[in-house]
Formats: sequence, C-alpha cells, structure tokens
Amino acid sequence: MAMVREPYQENIIPDSSLLRAKIADMNAGEERNGHRLADRVGEVVESDSTTFKSQCYRLHEAPDFGSLVVAYDGEVEVLGVVSEAGTSSIQQGRRALARGKDEESVESLYSNNPQIEKLMMTTFRAEIVGYRNGGPGGAEILQRLPGRPPKVHSFVYGCSAEERVAFGESLEFLNILARARGPAEDQLVGACLRQLSAAADDPREFLVRAGKALTMLCASEPQRVYALLEGIRP
Amino acid sequence: MTDGSLGRVVGGSLSEGLTVKLDKHASIEDMAVGRYTVIQGSGKKFFGMVTDVTLESLDARLSTFPPDPLDPFIAEVLSGTALYGGLKVSPMLTIGAAEVSGPEPVRTIPGHFSRVREASEEDMSQVFGNEDERHFHVGNPLDMETKVCLDLEEYAKRSNGVFGKSGTGKTFLTRLLLAGSIQKGTAVNLIFDMHNEYGWEGRSEERYKVKGLKQLFPSKVAVFTLDPDSSRRRNVSTDYTVRMGYEEIEPEDISLLRETLNLSQAASDAAYMLEREFGKGNWLERFLNYGEGLAELADRINVNPAALAALQRRLEILRRMDFLSTGGGRDAVKQIIDHLARGMSVVLEFGKYENNLAAYILVANLLTRRIHDQYVRKAEAALGEGGAEPERLMITIEEAHKFLGPGLSGQTTFGTIAREMRKVNVTLLVIDQRPSGIDEEVMSQIGTKICCLLDNERDVDRVLSGVSGARQLKTVLAGLDSNRQALIFGHSVPMPVVIQTREYGTPGFYKSMQGASATVVGVSGDGAGLSADDLWGAIE
Repeated sequence: MAMVREPYQENIIPDSSLLRAKIADMNAGEERNGHRLADRVGEVVESDSTTFKSQCYRLHEAPDFGSLVVAYDGEVEVLGVVSEAGTSSIQQGRRALARGKDEESVESLYSNNPQIEKLMMTTFRAEIVGYRNGGPGGAEILQRLPGRPPKVHSFVYGCSAEERVAFGESLEFLNILARARGPAEDQLVGACLRQLSAAADDPREFLVRAGKALTMLCASEPQRVYALLEGIRP
Repeated sequence: MTDGSLGRVVGGSLSEGLTVKLDKHASIEDMAVGRYTVIQGSGKKFFGMVTDVTLESLDARLSTFPPDPLDPFIAEVLSGTALYGGLKVSPMLTIGAAEVSGPEPVRTIPGHFSRVREASEEDMSQVFGNEDERHFHVGNPLDMETKVCLDLEEYAKRSNGVFGKSGTGKTFLTRLLLAGSIQKGTAVNLIFDMHNEYGWEGRSEERYKVKGLKQLFPSKVAVFTLDPDSSRRRNVSTDYTVRMGYEEIEPEDISLLRETLNLSQAASDAAYMLEREFGKGNWLERFLNYGEGLAELADRINVNPAALAALQRRLEILRRMDFLSTGGGRDAVKQIIDHLARGMSVVLEFGKYENNLAAYILVANLLTRRIHDQYVRKAEAALGEGGAEPERLMITIEEAHKFLGPGLSGQTTFGTIAREMRKVNVTLLVIDQRPSGIDEEVMSQIGTKICCLLDNERDVDRVLSGVSGARQLKTVLAGLDSNRQALIFGHSVPMPVVIQTREYGTPGFYKSMQGASATVVGVSGDGAGLSADDLWGAIE
C-alpha cells in the first residue's frame, strides 16, 4: 500500500526524534514555566468544561489511566485525571491495516514501517479535577472546575511525585471524579487513588482517608461503596 | 480525647434527649451511661447526662451485608463514616453566660452541631457545689474526683428515700447521710436501727469494722436499746433502755402487724372491738390473759370466734418481747423527746429483735405515733403562742414498705408524716429494698431519692414514677454497679447524678467528721486518751 504523505504533513506532530534530541539537548531536569520539560507528554487538542483531550507526542505513550496530568497555557494550570486513552489513525475514515504477516516481531514491524508513527496518533482524555491560577507557584490548587476550559494547544505534563502528594492533601476532587461519566468511573477512581497513594508518605493512611471520603460520598449505594473500597484496598 | 471532646449534636429533642454523633477519635467503648457532658451552645452551656450509647449507620445495608471476609482496611474505613457511634444525651441544666446565675433547669436545647465534651472537674463542681455548712459530700461522679454535694438543708425539709437491693450499700449510704445531717446539724435524727448498724460499730461488706454514729459524734448521739444484754455483749455504751407497756398498744398497731403475723382482716378488726369491750389502755393485756370463754366473748362483741382465737394465738408473740410489760414505761417516749429537744439524735437498737419484724413494726409505729402527737402539739403551740418551733426531726425507718404499703399508709403515722408532716418539721428517711411495696402517694412526696441497683421492673418503675426523663434514668439505673454506686435525684441535687459513694470508715472520713465533733470515742470505748490516728490504727 502506497503511503500518502499529503496533505496531512503539516498536521503531523513534530518528529518525535527531533523532540527527543531537543530534550536531550536540555538538561532533563530543567524547568520551564515550573514544569520539567521531560514531563511534557502532549498538547490539548479538544476541551470542554469538564474534560480535555490531548494528543501525545509519542505514539503509545499516553500517561497511565488514572494518573494526574496538568495542562498549562501560561496562565492557568488545569489538572486532570486520565480517564481514557486510545490510538487511532490521524485521519478519520482511515484505518490501520495488518502489516506483519512476514514480520518476526511487532518491534521489527514498527521499524520496517516507520510511517506508522506518522499516520497514527495516541490521544487521551482527562477529567478536570482542579485548577490553579497563576500557574506553578501561583495560588493554591482548587479542587473544582475552572472558569473556562484549558486552551487548545496548552502543553500537558505528567505530575511529579511531589505534585501528587500536594494534590492528595485534599480529597474534594473525589466529588468530581466519582461522578464523572463513563463506563469505568469506579475503576478510574480506584486507579487514581492508587497512583496518588504510591506517592504518599503513608500509603495506607492515605487510602483509609480516601476510603472514608468515598464512603461518605456514596453512602446511599452500599454495593458501590464496597466495590470502590475493594478497588483501593492496599 | 485529650480535650475531652466527644462529638457534635446532630438531632434530638428536649423530651427525648439529644442525639450526638461521636467524633472519629472518640472510642465508643470509652463511653458510659451516666457520664456527664457539657454541650456548648452559642450562648449558654448545657449540662447533660449520657443516657444511651448507640451504633448508627448511614445505610443499614452497609452494616448488614459487609463483604466477606471483612477486611480490616474496609472496617477501618467504614468506622467513623458510614458506621459511627452515637450518644443519647439528656440535657439537664443550663448555665447562662453570666456565671452568677448558677445552674437552671433546662427549657431548651442547643442547636445543631454544638460541640459536646466530657464534663471537666470544674464543670462538675460548678453544678454540684462545694462542701460547706449546708452541702455534704456524699460521693464522686463515676471516674471523677469532683465531689458531689447534697444540699442537706433542702434534704431535711422533705421526706427522703434510700432504695436498693440487698447488699448494694444502702446501710453505708444511710450511715453516711445520717453522719452528714448530724455533722451539719440540719436535723435531729430518730433512727429505728433494726439491725444494730448505725449507733455503734458496724461491719462493712469486706468485714472490717466501721464506726457508728455514737462513736463519731458522742455528744450529739444517744443510743437507746430494747435489748440491753445484746448491747452489753457488743460492748455498746447505751444511754437508755426502752421499756414499753401493753397499755400503749392500740388496735391500729395490730392492723399494721396484720401481714407480718398473717392475720385475717376479721382478726385484726377484732382488736377494735376488743378495745371497745375492755376499754382503752388495758384491752390487750386482758385479752391475752383471757382464758376460758373466748367463744362467749366473741359472741358478745360480735366477732367470728375462730378469728378471735387466731388473734389471741398470734398475739402470743408479744409475750416473748421482753421490753413489753404491764405499765412498762411512759418514760421511753419522754426520754426520746427530751434527747431530741436537746438536739441529740437517738439511735434505737433492737438487739436480739433484729429479725423480729413484728417487734420492729410495733415499736417503731408506737413510738412514732407518740412523738408525732407531741410534735403536732409543739408545732401548734408555736403557731398559737409564737413559741419556738420544734427541732427539725428526721425519722429513719427500714423495711419501709411494711409501714407505707398501699393499704397501710392511710392508717399509720408514718403515712401521715410522709404526706404532710413537713409542716411540723418531721420527715422520714425511708430505707427499703422493695420500693414497689410503698404506696404511690407516699412515693410521690419523697423529696430526694437515692437509688442503688434495683433490677425488679416494678421497683424501678415505682422509684422513677413522676420523674422527668424517667425512661432515660432507667437505663442509667440498670447500669449501676452492684455496690457503692447510686443514682441520686430530687430536691437536694440540681440534677440526677450517679455517684460512687464516698468511702465511709476511712481515716480521712473520720477526720472530716471530727471537724465538727469534739472527740471521737474509740471502738473499745476507752479512747479518751488516744489520738485519732491511734484509733484508726486500732480499727484497721
């Protein structure tokens, strides 16, 4: 099958190898706008009041389900929990085709078909759980929905352990997260709390605290309470 | 619970008590019924008592169907959130912002989310006062050092009761109360001491000796006895031996003995006929000596012969009472009244008659009737001629239901005293283990009730009848320890209180009593030259 390069060329994200080189050029720990460049995972491509969708810079490298990410447009940081990720063709209507009949491994398939990285993209959606005016070092994080959704093309960063600890000090965000739409909302809550607890000083204490908050939120649905608690049981 | 904070008010009413949700850190196992709490309202402080401890859940299904097996993590998460401890707190008093006003009865309740904390020692002493001329320390609230003080001035104004099952510490409590009233001088006491426990040494439950009232207050207490031999054997120095004459016994006394002597109504009524036949004064003696012709006598006075014969047979028991004799002693009553008028309390020991209920009832009723007459006369004289009112008198009786039962209280002097004698300065201290046997009307007149453990439903109901918050107090009463714990409620305490009774018989107790009386007589009676410490040493 012939590769069609036009007219998608300019829509294609910067060459990942270029980016890699750029990152390598800089000190991996260097901060820009308070965020480590190495933590940058993608860019917002779609947003609304409760979620934002981002495209990853590298194929198949979406942040983990349930992890905390932050979209920053230079003014407001919007925090989200990754609720959905997927890889698809960059052009609607075009599908990936099976190519590996004669390949030895998936790895060799990819290396023999470098165009895959150009034609496919990985995106992820995050449920907005909080924001901070003024960006890093600005005001405190508020665990509620921001006044306006993040700008398209805001950079999206993964959160460091410190940021996760700081965010986990308050559990008000569970109000938003436990009510998020989606088939896997309870899984999402569990995954998010497990990730936050991994960063906490005392993971069990954190999970007990979170469990209590969930219990109060969903007390009228005992079966759900038990399912949620089962999901975060250390 | 470092700051004593327990939880917050989440609901309730004045009549049903407040519902308090326990804080997460407050362990439900540390709560106890009868414990005091202070609820900080926005303007006033409320003083309340824990009347129930509950386990609550936001949704019953949460606690009913837990996952199996229950993980400790899930249990930890659920406790304090969906499943939590609760308290029922009965508000009792309010303490206004102006501390001068003192505690007032509660008429409203604090708002939602008012903080509830354990009452501190200061709170308690603010409510139950400190020991002074009229306040007497009777015990401590459970698990607290603060003193609970009884207002003895108030106490002496009305009849009072001490109730509780056998072995729950009624005697010790009574001795304590008597010691208090003698020490503070709020009333003179006449004590019908059925089991010889109050005047001279008694024994505690642990079988060590404790001093009697005469030993504590030699100048204020006189011991009278019905059985001088017994008193002598027990080394008691008695002041007077009581003798009585048959002529003093009236038909009314016989009807009081009806139950004890197992007499039929007809038999006890026959006594009135006999009095009419033989005349006041010597009817009993003549009847007891009546040999032949009892049937004719029965015929003459229109009484069933069998009933009359039964009466004669049963009254034979009187002959075995050595203190009864012909023309025995008009003097006993005079002696007692003289002592009382001098401000001396009188303990009447029954010696070997301690298990003879008939003797107890007969003597107590007889003496009380005569003393009552004198008091009424004195009180009337005081009213008419403006003389001195008679000394305030408190009469202590045991087995009170034998005198104050529903059928009897209308006839006996005790019933009259319980109902109205407050006006002529005579009151009763009623001691009983079956309060259900006491007439309701009498019970309702009792000012302060001190209640040790009772477990018969009817007894509990009778004691608590007419008390506000009776239902809550019932749980408190049922939770009392079987010894040295009591619930006090009524006129002389600002609110119902569960106390650990003050230790009677410790050196500290004697010392505090000694503050009022000049000397303490030793156990062996020769303690004049001994120091107080020697005496205590001797006792232990």
